[in-house]
Amino acid sequence: MAEQKIYKKAISVKKTVIWTMLAIGAIAMLTPIIFMFSASFKYSDEIFNLNIIPSEPTLSNYIYLFEETTFFKWLINSFIISTVVTFSVLFFDALIGYTLCKFKFKGRKIVFIAILSTLMIPTEMLVIPWYVLSNNLGLIDSYFGLMFPGLMSGFGVFLMKQFFEGVPDDFLDAARIDGLNEFQIFIEVALPLVMPALSALAIFTFLGNWTAFLWPMIVTTSADLYTIPVGLASFSGEFQTEWEMIMTGAAVASLPTLLVFLLLQRFIIRGVILGGLKG
Amino acid sequence: MRLNILLLLTYLSLSFSAKAQEIIEIDYWQYAYKERISAIDKLITMFEAENPNIKVNHTTFAYAQYRTKVAAAVSAGEGPDIVQLFYGWLDDYLAGGILQPLSQQEFPTAEIDELYFPMVQNMKVDGEYYALPTAVRSLALFWNKKLFREAGLDPEKPPKTLDELLDHAKKLTKRDRAGNIIQVGMTLSPTGQDHNWWREVLTRQYGGKPYSNDGAKVLYDDQAGLDAFKFYSGLSTDHNVTVVDFMDKSEAAFRAGRAALHIDGSFLLGTFNRGGRRPLRLEWGVTELPRHNGIKSNYASYWVNGITTKAAGAKKQAAEKFLKFITSEEAMQLWLDEVGELPARKAVAMQDSNKNHSTYGAFIRGLDYAVSTKFYSEAGQRQTVVDMLDRVVLTGMSAKESLAIAAREDQAIIDKALNK
Amino acid sequence: MSNNKGLTVGQKRAIWAWLFLVIPIVYFIIVRFYPTFDAFSMSFTDWNIIGERNYIGFDNYVTLFNDPVFWVVLGNTFEYLLFGIPISLLLSFTIAYYLDQIKFGHGLLRACYFVPFLTTAVAMAWVWRWFYQPVPIGIFNLALGELGILQMDFLRSTTQALPAVLMPAIWAGLGFQIIIFLAGIRSIPDSYYEAAKIDGAGDRQILWEITLPQLRATITFIVITSSIGFLRIFDQVYNMTQEGEGGPLNATRPLVIHIYKSAFEDFEMGMAAAQTVVLFTILMVITLLQLKVMKKDG
Repeated sequence: MAEQKIYKKAISVKKTVIWTMLAIGAIAMLTPIIFMFSASFKYSDEIFNLNIIPSEPTLSNYIYLFEETTFFKWLINSFIISTVVTFSVLFFDALIGYTLCKFKFKGRKIVFIAILSTLMIPTEMLVIPWYVLSNNLGLIDSYFGLMFPGLMSGFGVFLMKQFFEGVPDDFLDAARIDGLNEFQIFIEVALPLVMPALSALAIFTFLGNWTAFLWPMIVTTSADLYTIPVGLASFSGEFQTEWEMIMTGAAVASLPTLLVFLLLQRFIIRGVILGGLKG
Repeated sequence: MRLNILLLLTYLSLSFSAKAQEIIEIDYWQYAYKERISAIDKLITMFEAENPNIKVNHTTFAYAQYRTKVAAAVSAGEGPDIVQLFYGWLDDYLAGGILQPLSQQEFPTAEIDELYFPMVQNMKVDGEYYALPTAVRSLALFWNKKLFREAGLDPEKPPKTLDELLDHAKKLTKRDRAGNIIQVGMTLSPTGQDHNWWREVLTRQYGGKPYSNDGAKVLYDDQAGLDAFKFYSGLSTDHNVTVVDFMDKSEAAFRAGRAALHIDGSFLLGTFNRGGRRPLRLEWGVTELPRHNGIKSNYASYWVNGITTKAAGAKKQAAEKFLKFITSEEAMQLWLDEVGELPARKAVAMQDSNKNHSTYGAFIRGLDYAVSTKFYSEAGQRQTVVDMLDRVVLTGMSAKESLAIAAREDQAIIDKALNK
Repeated sequence: MSNNKGLTVGQKRAIWAWLFLVIPIVYFIIVRFYPTFDAFSMSFTDWNIIGERNYIGFDNYVTLFNDPVFWVVLGNTFEYLLFGIPISLLLSFTIAYYLDQIKFGHGLLRACYFVPFLTTAVAMAWVWRWFYQPVPIGIFNLALGELGILQMDFLRSTTQALPAVLMPAIWAGLGFQIIIFLAGIRSIPDSYYEAAKIDGAGDRQILWEITLPQLRATITFIVITSSIGFLRIFDQVYNMTQEGEGGPLNATRPLVIHIYKSAFEDFEMGMAAAQTVVLFTILMVITLLQLKVMKKDG
């Protein structure tokens, strides 16, 4: 009896140590984010102190950011672009994945392999030709120019195809007998069955577009069309490293995704696992 | 303000009455910089009021990408009618067939030769001007009066020579108990304007010359260049009065009151005057660059406006009109007041009110003896100075060796550009 | 059914399939395949945006391989990989392994580790850039100063700068890897552990003989995705070094910065395209290599 108690005690001591270490690690992970937010509420003469709670908290940096700079416009741009691209990816990738999974026709394999092979091509290789293409088509400095490279993705096609494998053909056949056409079947029967995959794909796509830097930097010319990351980079140059302003910009750039995460945590983590493992 | 409203009203009424006339639209491009944008916008409003049948579309691009955007757009036939370019890009633009010469009728060569500061003649090829500046820039020494007082120095007496500069910098450097510098006596940051100070000012003051007259040959790899570079890098390595890129950007350190002496361009004035909600609490003065061995030197750069090959017919006429307007004396004075850049016409600059101005004055007086580097790749050639300094400061390489490497790299950039 | 004029069900469905695929196929050809081809063909020209594309054979590649800076850049690129992979793998596995054993506050802790993954790299690069400054402004050096420890040069050092730039990249990716590891660990059947315990295996033995071998697929997945990420590092370097040059003295300059500068600052499109072909080749080889390793083991 006594021995078991000691054993249990040893376990709980060990657990406490592990827990403490993990908690310290978690705090360390959050430190940059905490300091970022903290600095954004400080006056410029206080930001180089190590205290986290400002002695004299202020919203003046935020007010300045939204009233005197184009930051709000960038926020809107990022939002529009990420949203449109995400919907396009969801629709087309699901449609392609569904077609390649549920239809038997000549050339199916070639199409699938061809789309899959695009996963091997790094964006960096495509940006120069994309730039030339946009230039020739007058897409530089336009929403469409920002969006067109991401409207469909090989990754999403692959992910959706994997998931449609799990949808029984009987369901679809039943719908055919009910007289639905193939497009209706896709929208009304098939799509609702792969909601978890769609949400995973939505998370990845939105996040990827929200944080994208290289292509938006190349294709935008006027400040009115910048996305958040491009704006932030140029903004940091213009403000001559006024750190409290840069931190405020960084905070505003990170806030939307952090808020969404707080609201939909479980959902997002499940999505990441689904997307990560199947994709 | 009232004047603006008046102008706006005139403009509106004029444009109303002129509605029957055909409106000619021209595109004007420059890079994005808050003060420059508002200055050009004001000029456009005034211009359009005078010329109701011309509409100027003003487009700006981020500085870092400006050059690319212009090159790409022009090559796609989509460029502007009037474009602003850095003086050092002229060769590239001519080679690319982007610019057309300014017509002798509207812009007689002799007149420009006479009325503008001499460095503008770099824009003349085979007797024809291709572009004209509204404003020019030069360098000057900023100092923080409060820090001078704290160090027991006379806040109204900035250093006049390099020796004084070094002496002051030593007194103005502050360290913490561990010996880390927490306030630099003098900023050192070749990613800013220092590289120009070293190249065109220090090398000449030590008796050398940075490049051959045609700009095709690097000459600073000699004893004079070495002495100049030793002084420059010595601020950090020997005298320890500075930290390279202190506080990430040296102008940030100066603005934050953590740097006592700082060399920068006249465009910095515009940002100092940025008022509003976040006023700058800084007691500063600005003076001419310190001399050495009795030699004064300065570096001037400028942006010019050229008419592209795309503009033809009525558009070309409108573009010429606009170019004339933005290089008028009136426009130059406005540019000086708004942007803090110096008038390119001698007559405007050398007015006593400008020449003796408490802030612009130092820059304008510097124009008298300023030279412009013939850059082949501004970013690339600047990087050679950045690396030259870093090799000495970070890896402990000897100044002589590092200078030789820089000269080789610089020459390679020039050769490559010339062999294109 | 009557208006189908002899089309079989199979043919009818094939028509639907192609109908669904026609827009995507056009899209993939224009936006993926043609540009890939264009990048390859551009790499054999001296094109500089203005002017003609003249074919110059392998000249760009020859110039590239004779350029000592390019080799430094390649070296840096692999350094990011060689530091990045082991550090992030070790950290994320250790955290996931222990996090898995914790019930109290599991969700909260997991969330804390995951949050950096959701931040914008550009934004956080500036935060880290600030942290790395010397006194009197840099948080790290201020903290070191409080502890009475010598100051570090971080971004102003030719040796410390690369790891310093790499840190935020590792930091941001860690949460994703932990989540994937946790899922992997959870998917190992309990019966394996029970059998091991009956055999009297200790924690360490279980870790080495059951957990890790069972996670082989997970590890391969993480290694491939993060390798590609580290080899393509850009946002952090561009925003944490002076003028985005990848300095000091090219100490942090990776391939993608080099490509960007060649293409969009020097306008040497042909040269830049040649560099993208090199990047493409490296990524391809590494992916195939790792897939092969996985297949062999699987």
